[in-house]
Amino acid sequence: MNRDELKDIILSALIGVAPEADPATLRDNVPLRDQLDLDSMDFLNFIIAIHKRLGLEIAETDYPHFATLSSAISFLESKLSKS
Amino acid sequence: MTTMTYREAIRQGLREALHDDPRVFLMGEDVGRYGGAFACSRGLLEEFGPERIRDTPLSEDAFMGLGIGAALGGMRPIVEVMTVNFSLLSLDQVVNNAAILRHMSGGQFSVPLVVRMTTGGGRRVASQHSNSFEGWYAHIPGITVVAPATVHDARFMLQSALKEPDPVFIFEHIMLLPEQGAVDESLGPVDLRRAVVRRPGKEVTLITHGGSLGKCLTAARTLAEQGIEAEVIDLRCLRPLDMATILESVAKTHRAVIVDEAWRSGSHAAEISARIMEEGFYSLDAPVARVCSAEVPIPYAPQMEDAALPQPTDIVRTVQEMISSHG
Amino acid sequence: MAEFLMPKLGTDMQEGILVEWLKKPGDAVHRGDLIAEVETDKGTIQVECFTSGVLEQILVPEGSTVPVGTVLAIIKEEGAPPEAIRQPVVAAPAAGQTAAAKPLEAPPLAPTVKPSTVGQRALMSPAARKRARELGVDPESIHGTGRGGAISLEDVEKAAAAKAAVSTAPPATTTASVSEPAARMARIRQAIAAAMSRSKREIPHYYLSTSIDMHSALSWLAEKNAALPVPDRILYATLLIKAVALALRETPELNALWDGQQGVIAKDIHIGVAVSLRQGGLIAPAIHHVDRLSLEELMVKLRDLVQRTRTGALRASEMTDPTFTVTNLGEQGVESVYGIINPPQVAIVGFGSIVQRPWIVDGQIVPRPIITATLAADHRVSDGHRGGLFLRALDRWLQEPAKL
Repeated sequence: MNRDELKDIILSALIGVAPEADPATLRDNVPLRDQLDLDSMDFLNFIIAIHKRLGLEIAETDYPHFATLSSAISFLESKLSKS
Repeated sequence: MTTMTYREAIRQGLREALHDDPRVFLMGEDVGRYGGAFACSRGLLEEFGPERIRDTPLSEDAFMGLGIGAALGGMRPIVEVMTVNFSLLSLDQVVNNAAILRHMSGGQFSVPLVVRMTTGGGRRVASQHSNSFEGWYAHIPGITVVAPATVHDARFMLQSALKEPDPVFIFEHIMLLPEQGAVDESLGPVDLRRAVVRRPGKEVTLITHGGSLGKCLTAARTLAEQGIEAEVIDLRCLRPLDMATILESVAKTHRAVIVDEAWRSGSHAAEISARIMEEGFYSLDAPVARVCSAEVPIPYAPQMEDAALPQPTDIVRTVQEMISSHG
Repeated sequence: MAEFLMPKLGTDMQEGILVEWLKKPGDAVHRGDLIAEVETDKGTIQVECFTSGVLEQILVPEGSTVPVGTVLAIIKEEGAPPEAIRQPVVAAPAAGQTAAAKPLEAPPLAPTVKPSTVGQRALMSPAARKRARELGVDPESIHGTGRGGAISLEDVEKAAAAKAAVSTAPPATTTASVSEPAARMARIRQAIAAAMSRSKREIPHYYLSTSIDMHSALSWLAEKNAALPVPDRILYATLLIKAVALALRETPELNALWDGQQGVIAKDIHIGVAVSLRQGGLIAPAIHHVDRLSLEELMVKLRDLVQRTRTGALRASEMTDPTFTVTNLGEQGVESVYGIINPPQVAIVGFGSIVQRPWIVDGQIVPRPIITATLAADHRVSDGHRGGLFLRALDRWLQEPAKL
C-alpha cells in the first residue's frame, strides 16, 4: 500500500468524524487537532475507523503518531511493512 | 380666516396662480366662455383674457398633449379635465409622455404640468360620470397624485403643485364643490405630501381621502357616541403615500379601516392595506378592513347609487364588527 | 385505547414538528418502541411509546406543527375492544407549509388533553402575539375574546396582569416550521438562550473548585486500555462521569430537580453529558442509571450518545430527564469550567484539562496530572458544605479507579 492510498484511508476516516473537513485544504504537516475541531471522542472514532479499515492494532502509546497527516502516513507505512 | 365654498377656493387658487406667474394658463373644455363645466373658472376669461383661459375641443388626448408640450416649452399649464372618466382618453399622454419624459431624456426635460379633474359619485350622473379612478393614477411612478378633501386644501394645493418640477394631478371630488369651509390665508403654502390626522382617536384608524373624509368624520361622531374613539386620517396625497403618519396611528390604535370610493379589487385601498401589513404587521390587533364601492357600474337611481357608494353607516358597522367582537 | 401525545421534551417546549412516523397503522408496538420522530428546539428526537398494542390510527400527518399535549395517534392496547375512528387532528399540510389550525370537536375520550390545545395554534392577532412574547405569556394559557375566539392585544394584557404575581414563565420561544440546518441551529441557540437566561435569573449559584490528582486513574486506565482492542478502549471522561454518579449517591441533594418550591431528590442518577455540536451549540442528553453501569457499558453508551446527539437522533427520554450535568471543556485546554445550571436541575460539575503540575506526594515534589473540578450548585437546595462533601467524594472515587 503506497502513501497516497494510506492518505486516502486516513482522510476518509477523518471525514467520518468531522464531516466539515475539506481534504483539499488539510495540510500535511500541521497538527490535525489544530486544523479540525476534534475532541477525544472524535479522535477515538478516527483511530477505530483506521483500525477497522487496515486491521491493525494501534496502541494508545502510538496515538501521538497521528498528530499530523504525514506522521500518520509514515507510522502506518512502517507498521504495515513490519506485519 | 374666511369662509367660502370648495368651488370658490379652487377659483381663488386659479386666480392667484394666473396673477402671480405669467407662465401660468388654464386650458380645458368649457373653461372660458362657459365658466367651467362646474363653474370653477367663472369670470377668469374676462379677467385674464383668451390667451390665458383657453377653451379646447372635446379631445382630451390632444389637449393633454398640448399641456405637456407647453410645460416642456417653459410654460406652467393647468389642464382641466371635466371628469376622471373622460381623462381615460388622455391616459396615453400621461403614461407615455408626462410621467416618463424626465427619465427618457436622461433628466434633460421636466414636465411641470398641473392637471385638475373632478372625481367620484353621488351626483346622480350615472355610470359614465361617477367613477373614482385616482387610485389608477397613483399606480404611475413619475407623477404626484393629490386629493384636496378640505376647502383650505382646495385653495392652496394648486399653489404648491405649481412649484413642482414634475406632473401633479389634483382630484377634486364632485360632491365637495358646493361645500362650505374655512380658509386661513395666513397659513400659506401647504405641504403636498403629508397626510393629516383630521380627528384624533385611539381605538381605530379610519384612512381616507377626498370625498370620503366627511363620511368618515360623520361615522367617527356616531362611533364616539358609542364610546369608540376613531382616528381619521386624510391622506391628501395618494402618491407618494405618507406611510409614517399611517403607521404611527396604527401603532396607537392597532386597527385600521380604509374608506375609498373606488372599487375594492386591485384598489388603492388594497395598496394601503398591503403596506400596513408589510410595515406595521406587529401593530395589528385585527385584520385591516376596507369600505369601498360595490363592484358594479355606479347606478343612476338615487337609492341604488347611495347603496353602491360607501356611506357613514357602512363605516360605523365595519368598525363595530371589528371592535365589538372583543367581548 | 391509549393516546400517544406530543411529548414535552424540555421545560421551554411549546410545540413540536412531527417529522416522521416510524410505525404505520396496524403495526404492533411495544412499550419503549420508537414510533415517531419529532423536531424541537433541540433537534430531532425519537419518541418512544409507553403502551403495548397496535397502532390503530395516526391523527397528525408528517410535517405538522402541533402543541405539546396534542394526540398524535391512537394505540389499541392488547385485548381492548376497537373504538370508533377519530377525526384527524390536522389536515395534511400543503408542501412546505405548516398545517393550518383546524377547529376540532372535543374528543370523546381525552382525559389528559385540554380541548383548547388539540391540534390548533391559537388564533391570535400579530400585535397580541408580539405582546405575549414580550410579556412572556404562553398563548395557550390565554382566553381569546375576539372573533372566532381569537386572542387580542387586550386579552394578552389582561392575562399578563392576572399572572404578574407569579411571573416565572420563561420567554416563549419563536416557533418555526422549517427544519433546515440553519433554522435548527437558530432554534438550538434560542433554546440555550432561554434556559441559560432563566437559570442565571432564578438560580442563586454557588461555586466550589478543587484540584484532583489523576495519576492513579490514568495509570490504571492506560494499563486497562493496553489490553483492549481499539474499539473497546475507554476514555478518561468515562471515569469522571462514573465517579460523579457514585459521589452523587453520597450527596443526593445535588441529584435533585427544582419543582418551583423546593428541590426534590431524584431516585435515579441520570447524568446529562454536555455534547457540543460541530456547527455550534450544545445539548446535554442523559445517560440513565450511570451509577449502575460498568465502565465498559458506560463507554458504549457515551459513544452512542455523542454520535446520536451529533446526528440529531436523540430519544425523548434522554432529552427530558437528566438529574445532574457534567461538562468537560478540557479538550479546549481550559483549566476550569464554571458551569451554569440547566434548570430544573440543581447542580452541574465542570472539568478542565488535565495538566502536569508539581505535586507533593509523601513529602516529595513530583509531577502529577491534575484536573480541576468545579461544582456550581443551587443555593436554594444545597449549601457549600454539601457541595464540598461531593467534591471530596469525587476525588476519593478517582483515587480508586478499580472500584469504579
